[in-house]
Parts: sequence; C-alpha cells; structure tokens
Amino acid sequence: MDFINGLVVLMNFVLIPATAYGAQLALGALGVTLIYGILRFSNFAHGDTMAFGTMITVLVTWWFQSMGISFGPLPTALLALPFSIAATAALVLLTDRGVYQFYRAQKAKPVILVIVSMGVMFVMNGVVRIIIGVDDQRFSDGERFIFSVREFKAASGLREGMALKTTQGITVITALIVVIALFWFLNKTRTGKSMRAYADNEDLALLSGINPERVVAVTWIIVAALATIAGVLYGLDKSFKPFTYFQLLLPIFASAIVGGLGSPLGAIAGGFVVAYSEVTITYAWKKVLKYWMPESLEPSTLMQLLSTEYKFAVSFMILIVVLLFRPTGLFKGKAY
Amino acid sequence: MDQTRNILYFVAIAALIIITGMVQSWNSALLILNMGLISAVMALGVNLQWGFAGLFNVGVMGFVALGGLAAVLVSTDPVSAAWSAGGLRILFALAVGAGIIGVTIIAYRRITAARPRVIAIVTILGLGFFLYRALLDPAVQAVEAVNPALQGNLGGLGLPIILAWPVGGLFAAGAAWIIGKAALGLRSDYLAIATLGISEIIIAILKNEDWLARGVKNVIGLNRPVPKEIDLQESAEFVERASGLGLDPVTASALFVKLNYALLFSVVLIILLIMAQLSLKSPWGRMMRAIRDNETAAAAMGKNVTNRHLQIFILGSAICGIAGAMMTTLDGQLTPGSYQPLRFTFLIWVMVIVGGSGNNFGAVLGGFLIWFLWVQVEPMSQYLVTLLTAGMAEDNAVRLHMMESVAYTRLLTMGLVLLLVLRFSPRGLIPEK
Repeated sequence: MDFINGLVVLMNFVLIPATAYGAQLALGALGVTLIYGILRFSNFAHGDTMAFGTMITVLVTWWFQSMGISFGPLPTALLALPFSIAATAALVLLTDRGVYQFYRAQKAKPVILVIVSMGVMFVMNGVVRIIIGVDDQRFSDGERFIFSVREFKAASGLREGMALKTTQGITVITALIVVIALFWFLNKTRTGKSMRAYADNEDLALLSGINPERVVAVTWIIVAALATIAGVLYGLDKSFKPFTYFQLLLPIFASAIVGGLGSPLGAIAGGFVVAYSEVTITYAWKKVLKYWMPESLEPSTLMQLLSTEYKFAVSFMILIVVLLFRPTGLFKGKAY
Repeated sequence: MDQTRNILYFVAIAALIIITGMVQSWNSALLILNMGLISAVMALGVNLQWGFAGLFNVGVMGFVALGGLAAVLVSTDPVSAAWSAGGLRILFALAVGAGIIGVTIIAYRRITAARPRVIAIVTILGLGFFLYRALLDPAVQAVEAVNPALQGNLGGLGLPIILAWPVGGLFAAGAAWIIGKAALGLRSDYLAIATLGISEIIIAILKNEDWLARGVKNVIGLNRPVPKEIDLQESAEFVERASGLGLDPVTASALFVKLNYALLFSVVLIILLIMAQLSLKSPWGRMMRAIRDNETAAAAMGKNVTNRHLQIFILGSAICGIAGAMMTTLDGQLTPGSYQPLRFTFLIWVMVIVGGSGNNFGAVLGGFLIWFLWVQVEPMSQYLVTLLTAGMAEDNAVRLHMMESVAYTRLLTMGLVLLLVLRFSPRGLIPEK
C-alpha cells in the first residue's frame, strides 16, 4: 500500500506535470527545429512568436466570453485557436516577406539571420507588451479538473491524492494530434515531401523543380501554428506573461539541440528529456521516499537536488553534456 | 572624407547630449553620458568578439552581472560574525565541489572503456553532489542566519571599489573560459545558446545565493571612488565655488559627482579603446580577422582556430565584466532583479551592429547613440501619444492604454533600428576599414 501511495504522489507532482510541460516544450522545439532545417538558422524570435499567438488567443477568448460563447467544459481558448493561428501565420509570413526574404536572396550567412531574428524578437516583444502589457493573464475557463484530489481519494481509498487538470489532459491530447498530423504531412503529402527534400539538399531540390518560396511559406505557416498551439497550451496550464515566454527560449532550444537540430523526432524526445529532468531535479523527493524507504531510513531533509529557481540550470547542464559528448544530439541533427 | 564624417558623428552625439542638458536638465545629460560611457565599454567587448572574431555571444548580461558581484565582494566590509559562523566551511565546500569536478575529469581521461567510464563518472558525480550539499547547506544556513535584515552574507574585502573593476574582468574571464571550453569549436548558434544559458544561470545564482551578495535582498550603499554629495554640500569651500558659478550647492554637488564619474569612466574607455586599436592593427588582430573571414584557410595555415577563439572570447567577456563593475559602482547598489537580457545583452548587440561591427570607434559611437535613444524614446513617444490623443477625453480607454504602453515603445524602436540598419547599411555607421 505504501508503495502505491508513493507512486500516486510521484504521479501527481512529477509525472503528470512533467508530461504536460514536456509536450509544450516538444511543440515549441518542433517549431525551432523546422525553421532550422528549412531556413537554416536558429530563430531567436520563436519565444515571442509564441507570445504573440497566445496574446491573440487571449484577446479572442475575452471577446468570445463577452459575447457569452463558451466551449462547455473545455476552455474557450481552444475555440479561439484557429483565429490566432491565422493571425500569427499572417504575421510571420509578413515578417518573412519584409525581413528574411532579402537575406535569403543574398544567401547571407546563418549567423546574420540569427541577428536579424534578434531584431524581429525586439519588435515582437514591443508589440506584445504594447498591446497586452507585461502582467500575468489567466484565460483558462471551463471545467478545472478531469478528476480532483478529493475525487481520487474517495474513489481509490488511498491516503494520498492525485489530480489531473483539464489543461494537462488537453495539452497531451492536443500535442499528440498535432504531432501525428505533422508527421503525416511531412511523410505522406507532396508538399511535406518537398519540404524534407529541401531540408536535405537545397540544390538538388531546386533542380527537381521544387519552388523554394512555397516551401518556405508553408514552413512558416506550420511554425506559426506550432508556436501558437505550444504557447496557448503553456498559457492555459500556467499563465500568460510575455517575459516568461521569452525565457522559454532556453529550454526550447535545449530540447531542440538535445534531440538534434533539424530532426523533428529529436525535438519531441528532447522536449520530454528536458522537462522530466527539470521537474525531477527540482522536486523535493521527501514525500515520495517517505513511502518507499524503510522507516529507519526516512530522509530528514527535503531531498531536493536543486531549488526550483535553478530550473534553467538543468536545461543548461543537459545542453552542455550533449554538446560535449554528442554534438549532433540524440537523433543525429546537423551539428556543423 | 571618411575621417570628417566619423568626427561629425561624434560631434552630433555630443550635441544631442548637450541639447538634453539645455532642454531637460544637466543632471540627466550627465546620466546619459555616464551610462553611455559604460555602454561604449560593453560594446567594445562585444565588438572584440563579434567584429574581430565572428563569435556570437548573447550572454553579455551574465558577464556584466559578474562584474557587479565583484564590486560587492571587493568593496563591502567583511561580516566577521558570518565568517566565524560558517565562512570557512562554505569555502571548504566549494573547494570540495571543485575537487569532485576535477576527479571526474581525471576519471574521464584515465578510464577509456565506455561502460566503466560512464559508471565511474555517474558514481563520482552522484556521491560527490550529496557530499557537497551536506557540507555546503548547513554552512550556508549558519551564514544566512547572521543578522539577515542587514547582512546575512559573508561580505567582501573592504577594499576601495575601484579595485573591483579589474576583478570584475577576472570573474567574467573565468566564466568565459568555462563556457568557451564547452561550446567553442561547434556551430556558432551553439555558442549563442550556451552563452544565453550561462547568463541566466549567473543571474539565478545572484538571486538565490544570499550568502554571496544577499540575493534579491540587494546590496545597497556601496562605497564610491568619488566624494559624496552630502560631504560636498557641507564643505564651505565647495559651496563658495558653486555660488561663484551661480549654482545652488545641491545641484552643483550632484553635477560635480557625476562629472567625476564621467572622468573615471572616460579614462577606462580610452585605455581600452587604445588597446583594442593597437591589437586590431597588430599581427594578432590580422590573424583574428583572417580566421573570421575564412576559418578553413586560417586552419590550413597552421592557426589553432579554437584556441584563438577562446582567447578573444575571454578577452571580450572580461571587458564586459569591467563595464559591469563600473555600472554597479555608478549605481552604488547591486540589484540582481534588475538584470534583463533585453536590456543588458540584446541592446549591446544593437549598439555594435548599428555602430559598425569590426570597428572600435563604431562600437563606441553605437554605445552612445543607442543608449541615448533607449533613454529618450520614452519621453518622445510620451509626447507623441499626448499629441495624438489630445482630442480624446482624459479617461478614454484607448488613451489610457496608449499612455501605459509608452514604456515599451523603446523595444519596438530598438528592433526597428536594428532591422533597418541590417537591411540598408549592414556595415553600420562607421564601417570596418
């Protein structure tokens, strides 16, 4: 019984939150990795693209709420998603036309594009802050829990409880759908195949008549959708604050690099590796070990490896270890 | 021709600052000048890395913050009660931590078989971590319990704060060595992500390790290399001279102190600028640019690209550390919460790109110009918004919202400036020769 109680605690505080967080990171890292594979640069504006998409979602959600539209037990934000994806796609396509296209035509070095993306990051940062401000915005509504701690305790008769938030459930299901759709698109459709061909060998793809501008445009639209969905899921699960989204850049890049830059499968694996390590290393294990260890060995301290403020340090350490020992990442991305 | 144009740029900046002095106040003009000098030093450091060597460092904030830490550790008085409570134990724990890492590295080098190597490393690091925490945690608790409202840290060496400037450079150089060892030699983007990460970690350490520099409780009232305003106001001689110039003692003392700072910062900037110019023209500088322009060719000529990169990465970061110590000296306090990557990393990058990467004078010009814009965009857009919304009612929602968001127009402006310069004048205002 003690073992099951410990397991329940572990599920509640580590496995469920880390899975949701991992799914959010994976979606973010997929966007970074696609840009990297097709456009060949690290997009520093990705966090702020996520913030922009989420901001539009928040605004549309508020508008729906004011009109009395709701999605039953599910958050209204899901209804707003198509609108915000369209808006974000329009924004990134516009940015590409106005900014990136020029450098692509020049065949500028990747690092120049990174600096350009820094400029885009500044602009998006400013736009988001000017429109919605810097404060925390909560926009999650509908049913709060799929099952709550009390319901779980009543049903199972255990001492420890476990809750599953609606947002966590939605995160994992949405991420699953998105990933399946993305892989189906990349592997089965003509456009998806041309994207992969372009990522593999640009010149060869051009010779076989693939229109590069079309590939780039499709990539941006997919990235806008991925970024918006990732941002909205993160915002529903926690809350929306522009600066937090900027800071997400680090774990997202860590995920993409750990998985292997340019590899979609790697991005997903990397997202979960980073999320699980972050949560397990910053979790106080005392509550779990209390059940799992014999009474005489019960830990006196919290058994927390690092305090939660150091969660960035965790993604960073993983990043360094991967850079030192396997620079191509788990799934053989492009390191050089 | 180019020479006159460049001089004109600097004259224009000087004019902008003087106009600020006449229109707003001399106090704010000198503030802009002082921070402009510090920004110019930071831009010199980043230019050394990017302009000379093509290294992409987005961890400037971390190196600047390390300089700030140096200011605290050098200049504040030691807290003897804290030292006796656990100071030596903390040092011992840190030494043990370093030893564990050393043993791990030795194990990694000595054991060649794959599986035993992994097992050995994991065991050493795992056990070592718990040993380290067991030594460190009680000592930290003891130190932080000493008079937490005012101290709760170990304090510093009680030396003049000006000594902190080179020490800040050393701190930053140390951090740069570690990060450079890991990330140089790989893709340029990797260095970017790695530096972004280390700067966030440095800030996290400053915020959380209260025994070091009081964390978010901040260290205030650092000693200064120049006289205090209050002492000047009490000196009869100073008051007399001020009234001779037609100034009241309070204003005069504020201006005098700021002028002193400006003088000190100028000396540092000029020394660094001369050194950077000399090195740019030396064989070493030519080698660096050769490596930047074609790494493969330089490597084929027998240059050790990674080592040269590490060298210049350390030098540039050290300059950022010096600037960070200068900034904390000017502020008179260390507030870890105020370090924002947009302000301390990406803004410096805008300075370098706009000024002209690869040209030291360009970096200095960019430092002054962008800092001036950063400060002045807010009042300008305030004015613009007031003008635009003049017809609206006082409590109009749109007007209120626009008033509130004025502060963020500077981000937008900086982004636009950067994008426009990159697009239409990618070599900056003063291009590389």
